[in-house]
Amino acid sequence: MSTANVVTVTAGPRRGWKSASTWVGAVIVGIAVICAVAAPMLVPHDPFAQDLGKRLLVPFWMEGTDPEHILGTDQLGRDYLSRLIWGCRISIFIGVTVTILSALIGITLGVLGGFMGGWVDDVVLFAVTTRLSIPVVLVALAVVGLLGSSLNLLVITLGLLLWDRFAVVARSTTMQVRNLDFVAAAWCAGCSRFHILAREVLPNIASHLVVVATLEVALAILLEAALSFLGLGVPPPLPSWGLMIAEAKDYMFFSPWVIVIPGVVLFLLVLGINLLGDGLRDQFGASADR
Amino acid sequence: MLRFLIRRLIVAILVVGTVLTLVFVLTRLSGDLAISIAGPGATQLDIDTVRKAYGLDRPVLTQFFDWVGRAATGDLGESFFFKARVSTLIAERMPVTLTLGFTGLVIALIVSLPLGILAAVRENTGFDRAVQVVALLGQAMPSFWLGLLLMIVLGLQLGWLPISGTGSWEYYVMPGIVLAFSAIPALTRLTRAGMIQAMSSDYIRTARAKGLSRASILLKHALRNAAIPVVAIAAVQLGFMLGGSIVIEQVFAMHGVGFLAWESISKNDFPVVQAVVLVLATIFVVLTMLADLMNAMLDPRLRGA
Repeated sequence: MSTANVVTVTAGPRRGWKSASTWVGAVIVGIAVICAVAAPMLVPHDPFAQDLGKRLLVPFWMEGTDPEHILGTDQLGRDYLSRLIWGCRISIFIGVTVTILSALIGITLGVLGGFMGGWVDDVVLFAVTTRLSIPVVLVALAVVGLLGSSLNLLVITLGLLLWDRFAVVARSTTMQVRNLDFVAAAWCAGCSRFHILAREVLPNIASHLVVVATLEVALAILLEAALSFLGLGVPPPLPSWGLMIAEAKDYMFFSPWVIVIPGVVLFLLVLGINLLGDGLRDQFGASADR
Repeated sequence: MLRFLIRRLIVAILVVGTVLTLVFVLTRLSGDLAISIAGPGATQLDIDTVRKAYGLDRPVLTQFFDWVGRAATGDLGESFFFKARVSTLIAERMPVTLTLGFTGLVIALIVSLPLGILAAVRENTGFDRAVQVVALLGQAMPSFWLGLLLMIVLGLQLGWLPISGTGSWEYYVMPGIVLAFSAIPALTRLTRAGMIQAMSSDYIRTARAKGLSRASILLKHALRNAAIPVVAIAAVQLGFMLGGSIVIEQVFAMHGVGFLAWESISKNDFPVVQAVVLVLATIFVVLTMLADLMNAMLDPRLRGA
């Protein structure tokens, strides 16, 4: 019987810079979550209100800025800071909902395949192989293009496309847990198959799945931004960061800050989530599954 | 070896077949295609004409088997918008996408192999950490945004490279860098992990004991073994890059297959859309199969798997 160390914590000595980077990630994610939840209270202006008299005002570090709009305004005179905060709400919403949906699909498939083995496992592996061969961005664009863009459709499409990593990790960790003694004990005690899956296997692979979840949130946010940038993601006038970059693209050669600001926050949020995920991975000693 | 090959081939064919079916279902999701093809303001007569002309009045299953039968012989149908054969359209634009993908892969390998090897040799030093930080930064970088930044800095402010379009090799440098960025983190990590594992193995100790030079140990013995997973992932990454080039081609206005797909999606030109998805998926399947075969040839232990 192979007692792989899926349940034991094998993290080495925590190095200072590692835990510092985890904290940086946690702080970034924390700020983003607060912005997302409290966006209606935090925005200094209405993110949808246009003011054509105040178009493309520059942010605070440049000459001729308006103290009313510390990050300036966009091409329609909408307050950039307010739109950024509202965009954070959209990014976090997409990241979390897509991850929940893809986790449901991926974990179900992975646990079933890993636990049952045999032809069930073959089917699961085949599904993962097929899913990997499908170009995600292209198919998501095609679905949104054919059915019209809406937030819900975007979430469902991405959720149906991003479950592969959940399935792979859930499958391999379940295979390791399946052969451990406490599962054998549960069998002997006469527990049902469902009980063993839900109460014995799932809690023991949960830490690995949490790490995957952080990666998926980051990936979903990046993909949403890319789709919105191509005009087939979040529908305007919702201020998705990708859409803000797309709308500002025509002005970027004259005033680069219009694309720099939303890009930097997108980059920082994804970096923060990844740093937090790396920290969790070390904490759980799950360096094997990447 | 032969059994291994046949089994991989059967799986590959099944995968492509499944994608074929999914793509067909996908394009039928939007309801009545004839209405969207005829466009806004079309009369019922127009719609009926379109429906007949494109064979959309036949039962769905007949349409499906027709599409599968034709696709199997390389006939991908005709574009509604371009009024040309889809296979011709894709063949015309494939060189741009392939050149872009290979440029990206080469740049990614040039950056990540030395970085990964050096990071492994100097494990847990400042350099190693710096490399890991670079990988993290690369992972978080939105590719389309990086593309726009490069256009502003390298294209406009420094004037080193042309901003967009296709032509001489200079046009491929910026998009190639952007594509490479998405593959560099994975390739670097894998090279580093593979080298660390190889360096701690018995055959390296033997090589050291024989008194071989450091360079010879690193490059001849360790790298050859560490390269096996890297080669596999490089092939897979190339597949991802070809699929992801739709964003980059849009940013840099390069008329490759991705750009064609984007145009066709916005014009409801579904034969082109389904064909591009199918072609890209097939390329991906072939690439992963080649990677597996290459692995099996380099490492006989994998053949049984």
